[in-house]
Formats: sequence, C-alpha cells, structure tokens
Amino acid sequence: MLTLLPPVAAALQEPFYLDLVRKVMIFAIAAASLNLILGYGGMVSFGHAAYLGIGGYAVGVLAFYGTTSGWVQWGVAIGASALVALAIGAVSIRTSGIYFIMITLAFTQMLYYLGISIEEYGGDDGMRIKARSDFSGLIDLGDPVAFYYLALVLMLACLFLVHRIANSRFGMVLRAAKSNEPRSRGIGFSPYAYRLVAFVIAGAMCGLAGAMFANHTSFITPEFMHWTRSGEIMFMVILGGIATTAGPLLGALVLLVVETLLAGWTEHWQAILGPLLVLSVLFFRRGLAGLMPGGKDG
Amino acid sequence: MPLTLVLEQLLNGVQFGVMLFLMAAGLTLVFGIMNLVNLAHGSLYMMGAYLTVAAVQWSGNYLAGVALGLFATLLLGMLVEVVALRTLYDRDHLDQVLATFGLILFFNELVAILWGRTALDLARPDWLQGHIELFAGSRYPLYRAVVIGVGLAVAAALWYVVTRTRLGMLVRAGASNRSMIAALGVNIRLLYTFVFGIGAALAGLAGVMAGPIYAVQPGMGELILIQVFVVIVIGGIGSIRGAFAGALIVGVVDTLGRAFLKPLLGTVLSPAAADAAGPALASMLIYLLMAAVLALRPEGLFPSRGGQ
Repeated sequence: MLTLLPPVAAALQEPFYLDLVRKVMIFAIAAASLNLILGYGGMVSFGHAAYLGIGGYAVGVLAFYGTTSGWVQWGVAIGASALVALAIGAVSIRTSGIYFIMITLAFTQMLYYLGISIEEYGGDDGMRIKARSDFSGLIDLGDPVAFYYLALVLMLACLFLVHRIANSRFGMVLRAAKSNEPRSRGIGFSPYAYRLVAFVIAGAMCGLAGAMFANHTSFITPEFMHWTRSGEIMFMVILGGIATTAGPLLGALVLLVVETLLAGWTEHWQAILGPLLVLSVLFFRRGLAGLMPGGKDG
Repeated sequence: MPLTLVLEQLLNGVQFGVMLFLMAAGLTLVFGIMNLVNLAHGSLYMMGAYLTVAAVQWSGNYLAGVALGLFATLLLGMLVEVVALRTLYDRDHLDQVLATFGLILFFNELVAILWGRTALDLARPDWLQGHIELFAGSRYPLYRAVVIGVGLAVAAALWYVVTRTRLGMLVRAGASNRSMIAALGVNIRLLYTFVFGIGAALAGLAGVMAGPIYAVQPGMGELILIQVFVVIVIGGIGSIRGAFAGALIVGVVDTLGRAFLKPLLGTVLSPAAADAAGPALASMLIYLLMAAVLALRPEGLFPSRGGQ
C-alpha cells in the first residue's frame, strides 16, 4: 500500500501526503530502534531523541563545512550516534528502573543544551542545510518520490532488522533478561553486555533516522533533541504495540496523522492530544498491533 | 574575583536551591510513597504561578492572592490525582511517564488558551522591593532573601511534620509498606490524595516565588522539572533529606557554574575558547554531576531507608 502512494498522490496533486508519510516512515525507524531496547530489552530510555539530534547535526555540520556526500554524512551520523550511545549506555545501564529513565533523560538534556549553546551551528535558532545529502548521483533526495522510496526501503530494512535481532539468540537473551533478570543470570548470562550492544544498535539506527529527518526538513535545530520529542517517540512505540514488529510504523502513522489533523483543526491541538494520550495509556494497553490478526509476535 | 560577588552568587545559588527543594519535596514524596513517576509536577508549578497571578488580580491583595492561589493549586492537585493518576499506581513506570507526559501537553495548552502565550508579570508588592544590607557595602535583594527564608521555613516545617507528627508517621509507614498500613485500617487512598495535594501546593509555592524572578509563561514547568529530577536522583529518590541536600547542591553548583565558569576557563584557555565552552559547560554541569553521582552511588547520596 505504501509503495502505491507516490503515483496516487501525484494523480491527486497532493504532494503534502507524500511529505507526511515520509516523515511517518522516518519516525517509524526511530520508534523501531527504541522498540528494540524498550520493547524487547525492557530499557525505558527517555532520551532517544538524542540520537535523532546527533544524526541530524552530523548531516548539518558536515554540510556546513562543505561535505555533502551522503555516504560520508550518513556514515558519520550512524557512527557518531553509536559512539554516543556507547558512552551513555555504559553509564546508564548500570542503573535500572526510574534511575534509568532519568539518567537517559538527563544525558539528552545535556546534548540539547550543548546544541543550544554552540552559536556557530545556529544555537537556539538552528541552521539551514543548503544542500541535501548527495549519493553520487544514485539517488536524488531533492526528488520527493525518490526520497520517499528510499525512506520506504530503509524503514522496511530497519523493521526487518529489529525483527531478526529480536528473534535471534542475542534477542532471546535480551528478552530473558527483561522478563527475569536473576534467572537469566542464574543460567549464566550477564545482561550488561547484551543490553549495551542493543543500546548501541538502537542509537545507531536512530542516528540514521536523524540523518534522514535533517534531509526531510532541510533544517536542524536543538528541538530535534527536545525531551518532548523523546516522549513522542516513546509514545509511538507504546501506541503501536510494544515489542511488535509493525508496531512502530503503526504508532508513528497514527500519532503523526492525528497530530496533523488536530493541528489543521485548531491551534490548541495539544490540549486535545494530551488527554487522548492519557486515555490511551489508561484504557488501551496492548497497542494497535494487538488489534491486528497475527500482528503480535513474542 | 571580589568576595562580595562570590557571596552574592552563593546566596543566589541557595535561593535557587530552596526553590528546587520545594518542588523536589513533593515529587520525592509522591514517588517514595506511591511509587509514581509524575512528570506533570512541573505543570502544577506552572498552574500555581498562574492561579496566583489570577487570584492576586482578583483580590487586589498580594498575600490573600497567594494564599488563595496555593489553595486552588492544592485542590487542583487532588483533582488530578483522583481523575487521572489514581489508576496509575499499579502500572509500570513507562505508563506513568506517558500518561503524565500527556497531562503536561494538556496543561501547557490550557494555560495558553486561558492566559495567552506571552509571559505574564507577577509583580512583587512594594514591601518586598528594595535591598537588605548583608554587611558594609554589600546589598542583596530583599525578595530573594525572603524566598530563602520561606524555603528554609517550609523545609523545617516539613521535617517536623514528617518526623514528629501522626500524619508524618502514616506517610513514612505508607512509604515502607503500603499493604500493611492499609490492613491496619488506615485509609491509604485518602492519604495518597492528601499527600499529592500537599506536593502540588509546594510546587505551586515554588512557582509563585519564581514568578517575579523568572517569567510566568506556558512551559515554564518543564525546565525546572528536569532540574528537579536531577536533584532527587542525586539526593536519592524517596528521601526528603536527600532532596534537601540535592537541591542545595544543584542550586549552588548551577548558579556558580553559570557565573564563574567562563572567567575561570578564561584563565586557562584562550578568551574565544572560554567564550564558547563556558556557557555550554555551565548548562551541562548539573547533568555531569548527576552522571558522576549515579556512576559512584547508583542509589543517590541519601538512599531512602523505607524503599520497597
């Protein structure tokens, strides 16, 4: 269905939908990466927007210094996000529960303030990216349809990757540590290393989403890393269905479409979205994927 | 660096610290007793400030307005607890974080609808204007000194209530074993609602006192909320003593960092580098502190003895 959208949107002359669905797919990648650690690993990271920001800034800063090659930009985005995730994870995973939530939040705030205080890259106001990432003429991101299909392919790849990881031996250890840590220790696994690796993979994947999002908006600001953004990504995971393969896509789709609809209807859309959020947490616990036949795995 | 300047900034740090404490006390009590992560605590801080602005305008009297505003915040807190949060106690932290995140969005927009997005001015009354003389040649704003005084008085009162009264005994008992105290015939739900209301009023008081120093605007609660999280993580979740120590540490470190880090770095680095690194490092300082504390003592400085 998603493959058919570009010709349909072109026929209806509504390029806006293409734009919206592209954003949905980018956020589906971010949500899928969070789903890996939150859904399967039980690590409630409240700072996942950090990697969105790092990925975005990698593209923006490299473009600022004249490097527009997409291979370099996206590679750096993924690598830098993985490194930061390694550092944050190494400290955070020592803690658990509420401390983990807060320490990941605090690290992201740290990066947010770093983004605000570096005047050279626009500080508070953000920075325009003059040219989109250039993939040696292979894919032209300036063409909305080409970018759309690239996002679609990457999103499917990421959803598949998370699915494969979750059902591999590695993923089983991760899930075992989530459901019963003492027992998984008892049979000889030390969860720390597994969790850290998952944390780094998730960070790298979200860094990719950040690089794509920077290209999507042609603009980077510290708002990429704002803590409400982390909350949104987390909500997509929960709304779609925690620890499900398609959940992140469904969650991103519904949340962003509802946001767009409400925003088109009233300026005060958050006053409606907020209670909807509360209600869905209170009464709708299994997520959207739970409603679909065969949508729930694990 | 002149000594009076250091002293003045130190006092500013303490002033910021006692405000953080007012917020942290409510948050840490709610967490310690009800095991609830309440992100919407910052919204109560904001609502306290707005309700007081409205009450002061309506009554025309500063003190009456403050009292009315705080009472309204207390009621609002209890209302929020009964309507939305009560069902969340048995859920995991993830659900709590998301639901209270939804409340934040709601309250921010509510304030924007009712009072607009521009910052309001909560003017301090005439009798709180002016300065006091600390010692010869050093003047300190009276208002900030009053904030410190009120904050310390509340801290003392809270200490007395929690450790020396029957209510405090129930609160401590609730923190260490919920089902036992319910089995002994205490209406724990009512106690929860009441404690939540008190926490809301304390947050509201912090918001009122912040009004003339910072701006009263939508979203004002979020920045301080995250700093308060840092405070209670450093102090140890669930511990009021820890919240007090953590609040003073964070308040002083943050204020001194912002005031002196740039000139200090300037003596080591080039002025340009210090200009760039100073403010960035200063705003990251408390988070670095928190990471260090957690890495060394994952339970915080004063772990709560009654935790489950």
